[in-house]
Amino acid sequence: MQEILPYLINGISVGGQYALIAIGYTLVYGILRLINFAHGDVFMVAGLIMVYATTAMPMYLALPLVLVVTVLLGFLIERVAYKPLRSAPRMSLMISAIGVSYLIQNLAFYITGGVPQPVTNPIPWISENVELFGQSTKRVTLVTPVLTILLVVALVYLINHTKIGMAMRAAAKDFETAQLMGIKINAVISMTFVIGSFLAAVGAMLYFTNYPSVSITSGGMPGLKAFVAAVFGGIGSIPGAVVGAFVIGLCEEIIKGLGYTTFSDAFTFALLIVVLCVRPTGLFGEKVTDKV
Amino acid sequence: MLKIENLHVSYGGIQALRGISLEVPDGKIVTLIGANGAGKSTTLRTISGLVKASSGSIQWNGEELLGKPIDQIISAGIAMSPEGRRVFADMTVLENLRIGAYLRKDKAEIQKDLEWVYQLFPRLQERSWQLAGTLSGGEQQMLAVGRALMSRPRLMMLDEPSLGLAPLVVQDIFSIIREINRQGVTVLLVEQNANMALRCADLAYVLETGNITMSGSGQELLADERVKEAYLGKNS
Repeated sequence: MQEILPYLINGISVGGQYALIAIGYTLVYGILRLINFAHGDVFMVAGLIMVYATTAMPMYLALPLVLVVTVLLGFLIERVAYKPLRSAPRMSLMISAIGVSYLIQNLAFYITGGVPQPVTNPIPWISENVELFGQSTKRVTLVTPVLTILLVVALVYLINHTKIGMAMRAAAKDFETAQLMGIKINAVISMTFVIGSFLAAVGAMLYFTNYPSVSITSGGMPGLKAFVAAVFGGIGSIPGAVVGAFVIGLCEEIIKGLGYTTFSDAFTFALLIVVLCVRPTGLFGEKVTDKV
Repeated sequence: MLKIENLHVSYGGIQALRGISLEVPDGKIVTLIGANGAGKSTTLRTISGLVKASSGSIQWNGEELLGKPIDQIISAGIAMSPEGRRVFADMTVLENLRIGAYLRKDKAEIQKDLEWVYQLFPRLQERSWQLAGTLSGGEQQMLAVGRALMSRPRLMMLDEPSLGLAPLVVQDIFSIIREINRQGVTVLLVEQNANMALRCADLAYVLETGNITMSGSGQELLADERVKEAYLGKNS
């Protein structure tokens, strides 16, 4: 038990990071029925900006800047690549998302020269080592799940108890009727991208505190796993994405703890296949009922 | 008053409206009757701003509505209860009503209007915490009307409010439409149930394949032989 505890704590922490990314997938899917393939790359860009900003300016300026620039990027992606395709078939939207993903990676390649950018100035305090059950770990491991839960609670409050949240729920169900209520659909869609990118930026800051460097493909694996988490939980559902992310994070770390590190990624994707076969709507997914 | 002139609308190469003109005077109940696909819903959807017109004009108290975004049209005092009710099934009745007042900021007045809607539909008050999806068809229709009223419209457009409802419920809905009108809201009603619609309408238009072919008071059209034959069934 004593040996598995650090793995459990790691798992919860990794789960928290996946959750922060997974919410972005699930929110956008809930409203546009689009898998935003560029989301993992937005996460990577947030990491890059963190590396550059923290070396160029003091921490109290750098961190807000990471949030602002990432949010702006998410907003722009929607305006430039998805909004013009509002009435196009869903497939066009998906292809556009894949295009944006590659565009961002290539731009990042151009800027970094393809060299992984070392995290030279990690965020203080959370990057300090602490003693935990006889093992040394960075404080971020403990901070991540707490911060994740706080942000999720805030998000759920926003969605259930504010006007913009009401508009988001209405738009997710019925674009046209939402418009008949006076809801500006484009503003609501922008809002979902802003929230998703904000959470991805927070996730990136926590994630890359634990890593030595950010490369242009750094968004790939965490993005993919967060996507699996969103599907596992039932894409479109926020609690689903969060629960799915924690389950996947925990399972991966437990598998590592048992000595099968090589298989931890394989497990995640095997889980995806099983979920898609057995319960395609995921844990909390909406039942697709066709109205008669 | 709402004044439509020479309105043309087409979607996907099909001409849905071929130059219709009609008037909805303040304080009246005006109905548009016609067969499926005649362009009734298109007319309402164009007024509300959901559908773009290719030419013509829609004037509301002298102000041109064509080209305006939907929220401005609602703020100008025009609300619509859409065909098929389209209530937000997984929101509560109260949330559905609150979302009808989405553009308004006058909290005290919204509360008053909420009480007014509850007075018109006591059933909705009893069920205010119930999810809208669990209501019966008639209750959902009442909710759709109540939701539209929450924007405090001066013109209320109703698209097929009797669709799929039992005859007794249809009578309820129509008496509520009259009541809303009595309280000063102008009503533009689209109906397939021509008989009921003409009975309560001050003014009626018949729409056939995108053209207005007849107009007159509700009573006149009820008595008209061609209307009887085409829309009321020969024996009525």
